Amino acid sequence: MLKVTIDNISIEVEEGTTILNAARMIGGKVVPPAMCYYSKLKGSGGKCRTCLVKVSHSSAKDPRPMGKLVASCSTPVQDGMVVQNLTSPEVIETRKGIVEFLLLNHPLDCPVCDQAGECDLQDLSFGFGMEETATEEERREFPMIDIGEKIKLHMNRCILCYRCVYTADQLTEKRLHGVLYRGDVSEIGTFIQHAVTNDFSGNMIDVCPVGALTDKTFRFKSRVWFLNPMNAHRDCPACSGKVTAWMFGNEIYRITGRKDRYGELEEFICNECRFEKKDINDWVIEGPRHIRRQSVISANHYEEMKKQSLIDPIAGTMESLT
Amino acid sequence: MGGKILLANIDVPGIRGYDVYRSNGGYTSVEKALREMTQAQVTAEVNKSGLRGRGGAGFPTGLKWSFLDRKSDKPRYLVCNADESEPGTFKDRYLMHHLPHRLIEGLIISSFALGVKTCYIYIRGEFKYLVGILEKAIKEAHLHGFLGERILGTDFSLNIYVHPGAGAYICGEETALLESLEGKRGNPRIKPPFPAFKGLYGCPTVVNNVETLAAVGPIISMGGEAYAMIGKGKSTGTKLISACGNIKNPGVYEIEMGLPVEDFIYSPEYCGGIANDKYLKAVIPGGSSVPILPADLILSTAKGEKRLMTYESLADGDFESGTMLGSGGFIVYDEDACIVRNTWNLTRFYRHESCGQCSPCREGTGWMEKVLYRIEHRQGKMSDIDLLVRVAKNIEGNTICPLGDAAAWPVASAIRHFRVEFEEHVLHPAAMLEKERHLKLKY
Ligand SMILES: Cc1cc2nc3c(=O)[nH]c(=O)nc-3n(C[C@H](O)[C@H](O)[C@H](O)COP(=O)(O)O)c2cc1C
Ligand code: SF4
Ligand code: SF4
Ligand code: FES
Repeated sequence: MLKVTIDNISIEVEEGTTILNAARMIGGKVVPPAMCYYSKLKGSGGKCRTCLVKVSHSSAKDPRPMGKLVASCSTPVQDGMVVQNLTSPEVIETRKGIVEFLLLNHPLDCPVCDQAGECDLQDLSFGFGMEETATEEERREFPMIDIGEKIKLHMNRCILCYRCVYTADQLTEKRLHGVLYRGDVSEIGTFIQHAVTNDFSGNMIDVCPVGALTDKTFRFKSRVWFLNPMNAHRDCPACSGKVTAWMFGNEIYRITGRKDRYGELEEFICNECRFEKKDINDWVIEGPRHIRRQSVISANHYEEMKKQSLIDPIAGTMESLT
Repeated sequence: MGGKILLANIDVPGIRGYDVYRSNGGYTSVEKALREMTQAQVTAEVNKSGLRGRGGAGFPTGLKWSFLDRKSDKPRYLVCNADESEPGTFKDRYLMHHLPHRLIEGLIISSFALGVKTCYIYIRGEFKYLVGILEKAIKEAHLHGFLGERILGTDFSLNIYVHPGAGAYICGEETALLESLEGKRGNPRIKPPFPAFKGLYGCPTVVNNVETLAAVGPIISMGGEAYAMIGKGKSTGTKLISACGNIKNPGVYEIEMGLPVEDFIYSPEYCGGIANDKYLKAVIPGGSSVPILPADLILSTAKGEKRLMTYESLADGDFESGTMLGSGGFIVYDEDACIVRNTWNLTRFYRHESCGQCSPCREGTGWMEKVLYRIEHRQGKMSDIDLLVRVAKNIEGNTICPLGDAAAWPVASAIRHFRVEFEEHVLHPAAMLEKERHLKLKY
């Protein structure tokens, strides 16, 4: 076991654990934000740079600080390492700069974006008090396209985290989309208008931290904070069938995977569950899902609204609300 | 100055072909290494020579070789980085064009020292004309028993393959190069793991620059100690410098390290002074990525010492008043050069070449380019100058690969040393435009 100290809190972790995962074991405020790392996707991380932290002691053997800030999601812990996240003004300053970069070409069209309320970028920029950017330059623009029958790509909002690429690589037989071109004109695309058809492709929507990939069966139907997230399951031959059903009254507006506190799916679900099963009789509703988000929406009493509007114990037992 | 080492015999007619190269002492170093020396002895000579990577970073080559994971039972690879795409750098192509066998010779000895059986030359896509030259040289070496199975009757076998890239600067970064060589998108990898442990196809790999590897032959011939006697301090041996810009004699020169910068610029043997006898304004001495220095600081350090062509002397004063030797792309600007326009031009390059993988570089390079475009095109504001400094600072050190730094340094250094010129552009845009129009008419 290796001992690591993050923002003055020490923990012992196994060899090979990254700083970010060690921080997640501690939990709370010491956890750096992660926009591209996804624990279930091998190879992800290292790209967005929002998780940069300062290593003030490299290890017990080598007490020197590391020369640069490091990406906590892809830097393994060394024994005796001392890390600063929120205790380092340099980290906060740099992270602010990174958020600024991420927002630079982002349309900030939250009012018309389906992701609003469950968007990692919205939460992040809100946390830094940056609802707008310093730039007066024109933003890059792409046309909106359907990259699959049920998936809409709104490339303007993409932060090129590559999560959807890894998802397609690791969940489907053959990846049909990817990153085309280079630099600030690079884009997600299916080369020559191919349609992404695979059975598990819908998970790309859930891993997307922003509103770049959205569910066409749900687009513009409702703001997410008007819906009640309920744990639901069904007997599915293709996947675990464990989902979150987003409901209004007895109506299912959309189905997503179940996300944990870091916005990551607990399990990937199949397209049939996601797109086809919108009838309440398709599902066994287990009860409300507690969404722990530091989001714009929670700041606006999201949790309370949810409690009030809880109705109808349709099936099974209702779990306690906390 | 000492004789030529890398470019020795370059003037001999037909030296590109095997026969002439061989009769001028070619491949004797391979015979010496394979017949008389062990792997460890070859590495020891390279160590003793003090040879440092010529691809830009100046990392000691012997040390890099010592990191190679020799415990792994996977195959090992040597990859020669011939992607040379840094603006201002054109030395490797010159060497490969005229002396392809010097590179092949170095590759054979280095592969022997590293226990490598397969070696790749990853060459920039635009250097198509060199692919044929290199492949011909490889064929000739095969024919004469210097490549293939059981070279010179020893147990050592080696094959060399030439792989052209598709024209991306970023594929010169060693891990992007490996990705590209594997047939993937050329995105730099996140390090660690380093190529010495997990390189090409996940196997231990050494990546070295063309010039670095070409120097290995002469080092074995003359001995590491003799090579280390050339040069100055920790900058041993000779270095190819590609000189361009407003000078009388642009071209590739082999210099002994330690040559004063002033001599290099003004001696008729090298650059021959500033074209049209104008004044020197600024120099980017190591390829477009290194900081630009104004005339006074490139000729002597802030401490008043003569600036020399060595890794150490050029870096003296750090980024406050120094720069880097880099890859040896020596770009000279005369009194008429517009620093703002040049800086804008460089940012256009980095914006275009960023792989777009990490946010600071992807967004920052584009942002700097747009702001510099505005300043150059009469739409700048005073606050833009500090904005550029801030954006450059937010990129620097926060990216996956050094391209982000390489994009930030030219901007930061241009503003550090030529701030007034940026302010002039903002305050008197019309006058600056007039000046440029006037200059364009003249040339
Ligand atoms: C953006 C970028 C471009 C590079 N391009 C080249 C190149 O064209 N040729 C080269 O030899 N090294 C290039 N390098 C340096 C290589 O990553 C690597 O350090 C070098 O090939 C190592 O060889 P050396 O130790 O012999 O210098 C580049 C690095 C970066 C970050
Ligand atoms: S579409 Fe979404 S998941 Fe894919 S790279 Fe863009 S932001 Fe990431
Ligand atoms: S620094 Fe630039 S070129 Fe390097 S990995 Fe990041 S985006 Fe790509
Ligand atoms: S989460 Fe670590 S770089 Fe994106």
